[in-house]
Amino acid sequence: MEGKMNNIYLYTRYERFWHWLQMALILILLTTGLEVHGVYNWLGFHTAVKVHNFTGLTWLIAFAFFVFWVFTTGEWKQYIPTTQKMIEVIRYYAYGIFRGESHPFPKQKKAKHNPLQRLVYLNLAALLLPVMMITGFLYWGYNSWLDWGIPGLSLTVVVWIHLAGAFSIFSFIIVHVYMTTTGHTIFTHTKAMISGWEDVEEGVELEDWEKAKQKSVA
Amino acid sequence: MKSSNTPITGVLFLILPVWILLGLISVVWADQKAVDQAPGRAMAQQAAKIAEHWNTTDHAKHEVLRQTFTSGPQVTEACISCHSEAETQFHKTIHWTWKAGKNEKGVEMGKSAYSLNNFCISANNEQDKGCLSCHPGWGTKTESTNCLVCHGSKEISWDESFEDFNSFLAESEEDPELKDLANEIQSEIQLAVQSVTLPTRKNCGSCHFYGGGGDGVKHGDLDSSMTKPNKALDVHMGVDGQNFDCVRCHTTSQHNISGRMYTTPAYTHRKSLIEDDLTSKITCESCHSSTPHQSGSKANDHTDKVACQSCHIPTFARVNPTKMSWDWSTSGKTKDGKPYKTKGAYGKEDYLSIKGNMKWEKNLKPEYFWFNGSIQSLTAADPIDPSGVVALSHPLGDRDDENSRIYPFKVHRGVQPYDKVHKTLLTPLLSGPNGYWSTLDWQVALSNGAKSLDLPFSGEFDFVKTTYVYPTTHMVAPKDNVVACSECHIRDEGRMANLAGFYMPGRDGAGLIDTLGWLVILGSLVGVSLHGIGRIFTNRNNKK
Repeated sequence: MEGKMNNIYLYTRYERFWHWLQMALILILLTTGLEVHGVYNWLGFHTAVKVHNFTGLTWLIAFAFFVFWVFTTGEWKQYIPTTQKMIEVIRYYAYGIFRGESHPFPKQKKAKHNPLQRLVYLNLAALLLPVMMITGFLYWGYNSWLDWGIPGLSLTVVVWIHLAGAFSIFSFIIVHVYMTTTGHTIFTHTKAMISGWEDVEEGVELEDWEKAKQKSVA
Repeated sequence: MKSSNTPITGVLFLILPVWILLGLISVVWADQKAVDQAPGRAMAQQAAKIAEHWNTTDHAKHEVLRQTFTSGPQVTEACISCHSEAETQFHKTIHWTWKAGKNEKGVEMGKSAYSLNNFCISANNEQDKGCLSCHPGWGTKTESTNCLVCHGSKEISWDESFEDFNSFLAESEEDPELKDLANEIQSEIQLAVQSVTLPTRKNCGSCHFYGGGGDGVKHGDLDSSMTKPNKALDVHMGVDGQNFDCVRCHTTSQHNISGRMYTTPAYTHRKSLIEDDLTSKITCESCHSSTPHQSGSKANDHTDKVACQSCHIPTFARVNPTKMSWDWSTSGKTKDGKPYKTKGAYGKEDYLSIKGNMKWEKNLKPEYFWFNGSIQSLTAADPIDPSGVVALSHPLGDRDDENSRIYPFKVHRGVQPYDKVHKTLLTPLLSGPNGYWSTLDWQVALSNGAKSLDLPFSGEFDFVKTTYVYPTTHMVAPKDNVVACSECHIRDEGRMANLAGFYMPGRDGAGLIDTLGWLVILGSLVGVSLHGIGRIFTNRNNKK
């Protein structure tokens, strides 16, 4: 089963920083958000709201840097959705992984996301997170709706969308964290996101669509 | 190449949590600072900083107040010989008339008219003389005003003093020793007449703390503990703090005292002294402004919908107990043919033959309702539906009304007589020889009571459950003891659990979204667990 492993530099410093910053922010937002929603009593409603607001606004600002980064570096191309090899990837996770087969889509500097990841991360970064930020910002500014010229908005609707998004992110985290254990070893993917370097199998040919724009390693 | 990256990455990972941690600490720390620097607090302290009243009169030096007084009305004459318009003014106020004007059906309101409650029910057009102990005349007479009920600083029993003085004086020709006694009493009377003051907490409290026939019966936020409260009981009136008298906020105009909140609101505009320096000081906003908390504080976002009192009066009756229910239907029992009383919690009477069962409680959380400042009250002339609980009075207002706020109330629950034929509430005459308290005979008490108000009584009566509300606005706690956010923003048994029609974070679930959401979470967990277990087993097999 095991082919020759190559140690390649997959994630740049900013990318790793962004990943872990976002992880921390989402973790804080999720735990305080559920408390604000009345699921449990931990920090107390007052503190939970303040921490949630601070963290949400911090994320909003930080996200602007991510958007800037993703476009100036051309990394956005890593998120272009595709159906090619999709069936193979799904088949791998549903069947091949139990047979000890190799991943049909080894990571490459030029293409670090498999088709499934592309779809999920695109939805996350371009849809789910912005929706959370917009509804979160509206929720935060509830008392200013009149000044903002949106008096007809319903808090209930905003809350429901925000909650639906929160549950989606929660579900994503569960699956995402689990998926990090499916690498060469259990911690291969996690280590890569910390150091930037990952062991990947050598010798799998990539097609052109799988490659992101070539860029130099820092 | 690999090793050259690691230190920088390490630094990043160190900065990241520290950065967020510092931010979070500052968020929580800024909160404490916010309380101390709240602009509304500073503004009110500025508005109330004058310590001493000054005046240009020493009443003890006025000849007219050094005469020999033989009766109450003579004292009144002396007062109005200088304050010529005072009594005329006062006789037009509700404190004297006990009439509050007509309601929308044309029925005269007020305690000497058709208004009723679920304590002693009605004052029977002032024919129930027991009620007149709180009328500001001399004794139970209603002709001449006793200015000193509100303006006297000496405690004295006027009726007794005048009676003693007059009889000792009459008998002193036979017994000269009585002359000295008479003089002694007269000097006490004169001293009391000369001790004129602005109304103090004690003056107002002599009636308002004892309404309903005893200490703390009615209001819940007004009882004898407010005569000399500490700051913990009332942050404004506390003798160890600002030491406000009632009239510091209940400002007056021609003897009309601001703040009455029944048929009409106590105020129609919420203005601060900055917006209108002649506004009454009856609202919290008058001195504190409508956004008193530090800028950016979420509490400022609440003031358009939540009254200050809702958060700043965590509980009422914090020192003395207050009466929470009164069941007239159980009255009339006797022991050995005689009326009796029993005592219950806090040493308060929980049963009296003449009154029925009652409940006293302490340190109570208010009930909260939308309130625009007006209270809708039933009168003895209004038809009722005896099949349910009858709201004798209830706050008006709703969420969509911009003048309404969520406001705290004491709700007093009663069981009281009604006319089964006319479907109206009945007004028993209680005191006096024909009153219920002497006869324990409902028929006599109810028919005399109806006569006093010119109302019909069919002779058939039963008892009905009623509620009566009191706005809770005194006993404002110090800032450290405000109601915490989580007492309302909580899923179960929050203070505002009964208020519907809007989404409240922390209190309200999201129905279908919650159910579906948790199903998705559960599904995800089960899914990855099964997948993981599958991998562990197949991995073993593959290795074999």
